[in-house]
Amino acid sequence: MSSKCGVFHQSYQSEMAIFQTWFARGWMVLLFAWLLVFPFVAKPIGKALGTNVLYLANLIGIYIIGAQGLNLLTGYTGQISLGHGAFMGVGAYASAILTMKLGLPFWVALPLSGLVAAVVGMFFGIPSLRLKGLYLAIATMAAQFIIQYVMRNATWLTGGSDGMSVRAPSFFGLALNTDRRYYFLVYALVILATLFTKNLTRSRTGRAFVAIRDRYLSAEVMGVNVWGYRILSFGVSSFMVGVAGSLWAHYVLVISDEHFTIGLSVQYLASIIIGGLGSVTGAIYGAIFMTLLPELLRIPEKALSQVWENAFTIVSSLREGTFGLLVVLFIIFEPDGLAHRWNKIKAYWKLWPFSY
Amino acid sequence: MSDGIWFFLQLLVQGLAVGSVYSLVALGFVLIYKASGVINFAQGELLMLGAYACLAFLVQAHLPLWAAVGLTIVTMTLVALVLERLVLRPLIGEPVISIIMATIGLAAVFKAATAAAWGTQLLSFPAIFPDQPVHLGQVIISQVYIWTFCTAMLLMIAFALFFKFTRLGIAMRATANSHQVALSMGISVKSIFALSWCISAVVSAIGGVLIGSINGVNITFSDFGLKVFPAVILGGLDSIPGAVIGGLVVGILENLSGGYLSRTFGGGVKEVAPFVFLVLILMIKPYGLFGTKEIERV
Repeated sequence: MSSKCGVFHQSYQSEMAIFQTWFARGWMVLLFAWLLVFPFVAKPIGKALGTNVLYLANLIGIYIIGAQGLNLLTGYTGQISLGHGAFMGVGAYASAILTMKLGLPFWVALPLSGLVAAVVGMFFGIPSLRLKGLYLAIATMAAQFIIQYVMRNATWLTGGSDGMSVRAPSFFGLALNTDRRYYFLVYALVILATLFTKNLTRSRTGRAFVAIRDRYLSAEVMGVNVWGYRILSFGVSSFMVGVAGSLWAHYVLVISDEHFTIGLSVQYLASIIIGGLGSVTGAIYGAIFMTLLPELLRIPEKALSQVWENAFTIVSSLREGTFGLLVVLFIIFEPDGLAHRWNKIKAYWKLWPFSY
Repeated sequence: MSDGIWFFLQLLVQGLAVGSVYSLVALGFVLIYKASGVINFAQGELLMLGAYACLAFLVQAHLPLWAAVGLTIVTMTLVALVLERLVLRPLIGEPVISIIMATIGLAAVFKAATAAAWGTQLLSFPAIFPDQPVHLGQVIISQVYIWTFCTAMLLMIAFALFFKFTRLGIAMRATANSHQVALSMGISVKSIFALSWCISAVVSAIGGVLIGSINGVNITFSDFGLKVFPAVILGGLDSIPGAVIGGLVVGILENLSGGYLSRTFGGGVKEVAPFVFLVLILMIKPYGLFGTKEIERV
């Protein structure tokens, strides 16, 4: 026993486990402890780095929930969606309307806004009944524009271009109105969403998703209800991104349609491609990467604006261009994303120094 | 005739002119899709790039119109060749998602490059066409629209003849039909891919110049290219006549809804109507008017 090299499974249970070794479990405990400690040490870290790291951490958390949702649809079921930015907007607006106009508590509005987003997402997923991925990309792109139009023009419902203001939620009388308090709400949901995604992909449903992605004709022959699972995948995915939207709305407190553009949809897709399609950890890496990249880009931006005073006009497009370039480079050179690269690095060290 | 009919005719004629440019760009889109199966989300950016390049040659380099258009065509051919060689060719055989995402990424890169080079403000073309409007009954059409329509139609007729009669055109059709058969007949499928990108970029650029001369160009100009999606979905994704008819229909539809519905539904209705139309078609007749129905056998 003590001389074995590598991980050997002696029962199905151990092979299906999420964390297969004591080493991995130990790291998870450490990560969890770090997540708990982090908000209390964030201030000095932020001071050293010159930004509000807790704010960034919250954004990353919200991003992770949305990215896990999109990854279920695109990474696992193989359905590309260019409308997830708008579905996130649906969640945000639904939550705002439910809490501010109907007076529902946040804790009811949060899952309900996910449901509203899921219904909208499933409606636009209907064309997937007869059509393959590329048509769906076009259908969801249309969804993006239609939803954004509704957000801007249905003034009686959404406040039009003025947007809507939202109240911070409260937890048994404690208002979650600071970065630190909100952090615990966000990360509780992040852990929930991640565990949910991971477990869903290990279940019958998740295997059906993967079968549809890999070869949907074979999946159908094997008795998988292709259309049903596609729509289900659309629903679950939009639900999660809708919840992310609701969380976002109650964090930034003012929402408008300008945030939920096709640019956001593309960023979500970019994050899961850069992180790793069809990988739960990949969505996390992607979300972290996409949130921190603009912060890192500030350094060259600052330098640029000193050399050239007109730089601020191109800064936002510079950011978008960098995202675009990264996506293209990742697709050509590392199509499986950061998660795959990380596994490669781990595999290299596993056998070091005899790496072959 | 009553005013209502003249108003309708006015909208119809303008819609036809804009629609003819949609047809042109949709033609470029379908060419790429037919030849290589790539859904090109950067079609609008090619159009924008073409318009900006032509503008630069006209205004910044003070070239005459024919030289500017000629240089634009050369530039866009080069851009398309580089693009095809560096980005699309390594992706042959990759899953659809990767290819779609690569073109979306390219679109973002093009947009950023354009903003960096020319800024984001509205630039207007010098008058290419005479600006005296033409009166047809009570319909007033500025000459730009007529020239746009005629140029687009001429180009499309030229392409129809090209596909029908020239060796290269027939080779392209063969490639679209089956890569294997085309290869076995001695056609270089790779160069056909490159050629289809070149033609697509050039026709989009010409479309860009035509539309740019109506309204001027700015950084949101590339959104114009998104209208090819309703057009090609209506016509059928792999049908060239479908793209032409789809473009015209979308142009007319867009203008009519802008004219009649914007009072009830607000200003953006003109932009969003084609997309509502698109979703409806996808739900009712997903392969469009002339598209090939995919029948899959195991």
